[in-house]
Amino acid sequence: MLPRHKRFIGILATLIGVAVAVSLILASFQDNLLYYVTPSEAIENIEDDQSKFRVGGLVEVGSFKRSEGSLKSRFILTDGFESIEVNYTGILPDLFREGQGIIVTGSFNKMKVFIASEVLAKHDENYMPPDIHPMNESSS
Amino acid sequence: MGLKAIYKYGSPPNFYRFVTRLEPWCLYFGLLLILIGSAGGLFLAPKDYQMGDAFRIIYFHVPSAYLSMSAYAAMGFASIIGIVWRSNVAFSVAKSIAPFGALMTTIALLTGMLWGKPMWGTAWVWDARLTSEFILLLLYLGYITLHASIREQKKADRSASLVAILGIINLPIIHYSVVWWNTLHQASTISKLDSPSIVGEMLWPLLVMIIGYMFFFVAVICRASSAEVLKREKRSSWVKAI
Repeated sequence: MLPRHKRFIGILATLIGVAVAVSLILASFQDNLLYYVTPSEAIENIEDDQSKFRVGGLVEVGSFKRSEGSLKSRFILTDGFESIEVNYTGILPDLFREGQGIIVTGSFNKMKVFIASEVLAKHDENYMPPDIHPMNESSS
Repeated sequence: MGLKAIYKYGSPPNFYRFVTRLEPWCLYFGLLLILIGSAGGLFLAPKDYQMGDAFRIIYFHVPSAYLSMSAYAAMGFASIIGIVWRSNVAFSVAKSIAPFGALMTTIALLTGMLWGKPMWGTAWVWDARLTSEFILLLLYLGYITLHASIREQKKADRSASLVAILGIINLPIIHYSVVWWNTLHQASTISKLDSPSIVGEMLWPLLVMIIGYMFFFVAVICRASSAEVLKREKRSSWVKAI
């Protein structure tokens, strides 16, 4: 075997070894690497601690209500199976709409209402002009 | 196939002649495509149904993110060749890719933050995609710093190459981060083969931009690596003859 073959095999073996190690690490931290959980998963663990976590889902169409003259808003967040009620006080991002995917940070109160301290809009990978989109101009 | 090419262009004078001849073509063609792509993306493409004009930053965000990863792949590949064949030219190429790659990564991160602030409502989150792209920046900076901190050329090349090679593992993680984990960042638009997620009028400037960036990248690497080869070979007769 030539020295350069040895070096090549050495590199390959190192790469494979480190790749396996990294994938094992990533696999064992799977839960911590998730940026958010779905409403179904949030409801499963509802009795857990009071620390903040993130829930991602769609804002249910027709569920958005804003109290007159304040920044308080209420809406239902759903993943198609389960839904949770969310209360939020503050400014919503530009892309916040009913039917839109969003991520809320906060925790459940005793009434099992999710009190959010932050609302982020998640946009999808689809890009198209308004005249093509089927439900163009849904209101927020 | 490629082995003969490695020996031929692995010789510094051959490499130097080849890249100095290649550079202007790539540079002008790349700049032309970037110009066409920018005009197409900023003026001709229609507004997005949700984001309006703000989506147009995609024409800079996606190409620089794409290049940040392909530049790293090229740097890792050159480092492997450098170590296996003890090739000074390959090490020169790897070294000259690093600053450009770091720049592309920075641009990708910054344009992403500019885009995220109004659309998501935040400029930065530590989700899997953003974090892995940030690690890519650290890998580039690690390579550059390590190379600069070792005085002896050969040692510097070899140690920095190890960073470059091990960092290759991060590339699939960046690419699949949006598939493997829930992220705030959306999934890929153009690298999937099923139904297109972007209409043709919006897509073509993006593809033109990516190809333009690639040619520009090759031109920059030709320039930088030819300078690096000259510096390393400054005592040889062929350099003195130039």
